[in-house]
Amino acid sequence: MLKIKDLNVSINGKQILKNFNIEVNKGEVHAIMGPNGSGKSTLAAVIAGRDIFTVDSGEILYNGKDLLDMPPDLRAREGVFLGFQYPVEIPGVSMVNFMRTAINEKRKHFGLEPLTGAEFLKLMEEKKKVVDIQAKLTNRSVNEGFSGGEKKKNEIFQMAMLEPKLAILDETDSGLDIDALKVVANGVNALKKPDNATVVITHYQRLLDYIVPDFVHVLYEGRIVKSGTKELALELEEKGYEWIKNEVK
Amino acid sequence: MAEAEENNKTLNELADKEYKYGFYTDIELDTAPKGLSEDIIRFISAKKNEPDFMLEFRLKAYRHWLTLKEPEWAHVNYQKIDYQDVIYYAAPKKQPKYESIDEVDPELLETFAKLGIPLDEQKVLAGVAVDAVIDSVSVKTTFQSTLAEKGIIFCSFSEAVQNHPELIKEYMGSVVPYTDNYFAALNSAVFTDGSFCYIPKGVRCPLELSTYFRINAANTGQFERTLIVAEEGSYVSYMEGCTAPIRDENQLHAAIVEIISHKDAEVKYSTVQNWWPGNKDGKGGVYNFVTKRGICKGENSKISWTQVETGSAVTWKYPSVVLMGDNSSGEFYSVAVTNNYQQADTGTKMIHLGKNTKSTIISKGISAGFSNNSYRGLVKTTKNAINARNFSQCDSLLLGDKCGAHTFPYIEVGNKSSIVEHEATTSKISEDQLFYCLQRGIDMGSAIGLIVNGYAKDVLSKLPMEFAVEAQKLLSISLEGSVG
Repeated sequence: MLKIKDLNVSINGKQILKNFNIEVNKGEVHAIMGPNGSGKSTLAAVIAGRDIFTVDSGEILYNGKDLLDMPPDLRAREGVFLGFQYPVEIPGVSMVNFMRTAINEKRKHFGLEPLTGAEFLKLMEEKKKVVDIQAKLTNRSVNEGFSGGEKKKNEIFQMAMLEPKLAILDETDSGLDIDALKVVANGVNALKKPDNATVVITHYQRLLDYIVPDFVHVLYEGRIVKSGTKELALELEEKGYEWIKNEVK
Repeated sequence: MAEAEENNKTLNELADKEYKYGFYTDIELDTAPKGLSEDIIRFISAKKNEPDFMLEFRLKAYRHWLTLKEPEWAHVNYQKIDYQDVIYYAAPKKQPKYESIDEVDPELLETFAKLGIPLDEQKVLAGVAVDAVIDSVSVKTTFQSTLAEKGIIFCSFSEAVQNHPELIKEYMGSVVPYTDNYFAALNSAVFTDGSFCYIPKGVRCPLELSTYFRINAANTGQFERTLIVAEEGSYVSYMEGCTAPIRDENQLHAAIVEIISHKDAEVKYSTVQNWWPGNKDGKGGVYNFVTKRGICKGENSKISWTQVETGSAVTWKYPSVVLMGDNSSGEFYSVAVTNNYQQADTGTKMIHLGKNTKSTIISKGISAGFSNNSYRGLVKTTKNAINARNFSQCDSLLLGDKCGAHTFPYIEVGNKSSIVEHEATTSKISEDQLFYCLQRGIDMGSAIGLIVNGYAKDVLSKLPMEFAVEAQKLLSISLEGSVG
């Protein structure tokens, strides 16, 4: 589904990702862990198409298509979803209006008729349950005045609405208390299907108690230095990132 | 870097956006010769079969106008108008008076259809009566009988002059005298038509009254005059909207709107203004020099202006309220969008004369392309305006880095018990907000539409429902492709 080959990415001349490689298949959950500054969020942003970064070389293939050739909104409509680390507030734009626009643009892309107001509201009611969102959240402006936990729940709610093929969750666990973490993790698990894939980016092992990954990768200084199964996450938790740093040396 | 370039690219695309309502209907005209003189004014007055007091009013205004100089204080630049090169009267030749819509010139109906004006029974179901003005003469007035049952008068200005001269005599020029300013004097001398609305004592107008204006003849200046009188304890919501066809030469538009709100009366006046703004190089477009003012004459009276301004090459417009009655209140809600080379100098004046008078100003400016958007507002409380209160909020949103936003607030406080608050912000549309929308699959145009409509929500929510929907579409259309 996702194949990244020898990807080199820089910002303002500073190289961040160095010959980065990964392959994610349908039905898989991958966790990418790493210390601060290792390039985790850059990876997420580049896959989503944020163009403040420069892709110097390498390729990203998504279901065989050249992702780097597609503008960010097209990537999204094709099924790439980014759960933001810091979801932005959009004052005055209701969640209902925002999501309805997003869903209908996606439907248009696949030649489907837009949802009627009633159909849309029904879908919204259904998907709110995935992350235990109270009715009010959806009538408020996008992320405006949301608590940290509400913002993250809102990201997973949007993921539930849009049903992406490939979801990249960028530090979705940061700033969450344990209850909110469970809600978010349960949401992600509930959305798992044989034909979609999830890449969970995290600093801590904690989230992986609830979202069990098929593969764990350790990112350090812009490249994957170690890959393994969920046991690697536990080992990392126990030994700390110093262990990796020393191994790399 | 790449993002900035992309932004500029889409900014340019915005600039390429053609005026959506660019078309022109060929209707036989009965036209005055070009130029302005006492003879032309007599010609207009005679054409309209006016009583003597009207002709005298026009001539006094004209003679006063001759003593004035065109004002230059507004933050706008435009080629000076040659007032002798303007046609001051043009009217469809056959004076149309129709019982049914089938009798109306089909070409005219087509024009309305292109504008999306449903001039039919459906409007009644939607709760709207339409008095449509094409060029200078009212062509069709609907639903007068519904309104007449309540004693409400809603007709063209010309008809009011014929049928209700005593009301016209009493109120015309009482809020905006012809001596008020250059363009008010010009309008008073040469206005050809407009709308008149009278709500009798204690009557709540059951319909949203709506007038669509349209400039439709090459080289014809349009000078409308609107007069709204709300008697004691009455209420009316009035909507004005306009579009204009593409034209190479600049068109002058200098309207006057006067509102009189008596004791306990309330008038809501909403405008969606979409005159042709000129092409992407700043050529052509309408000059919109308007004087709009209301007076809260009686105690507890209220006047509210709501405007969505997206059109015109040059706009010069300050819908104002004189708060004369004690406890009266004035409101001004405005969204002004400028794009390409458009220039807008708009705002309001709130003049507090009575005790416990209240005013609220919310102004949202949106600038794109190479345009300049200025807010200019005066809040004045006089010595007798004890406990007067004002709150002003002026926000500016910039799309791109080649446009300008300016704020000129004037505050004059004449007594110690008044409270005047002014808040102002300037922001740029955020890359993070745009990317967030894009990442959800929303294309750039829709994303800008969403964000801008969100930004303007406080004002749009003040519009009557049906108008609000149109206004939202208009905002999105005006800014389509403005950021990349």
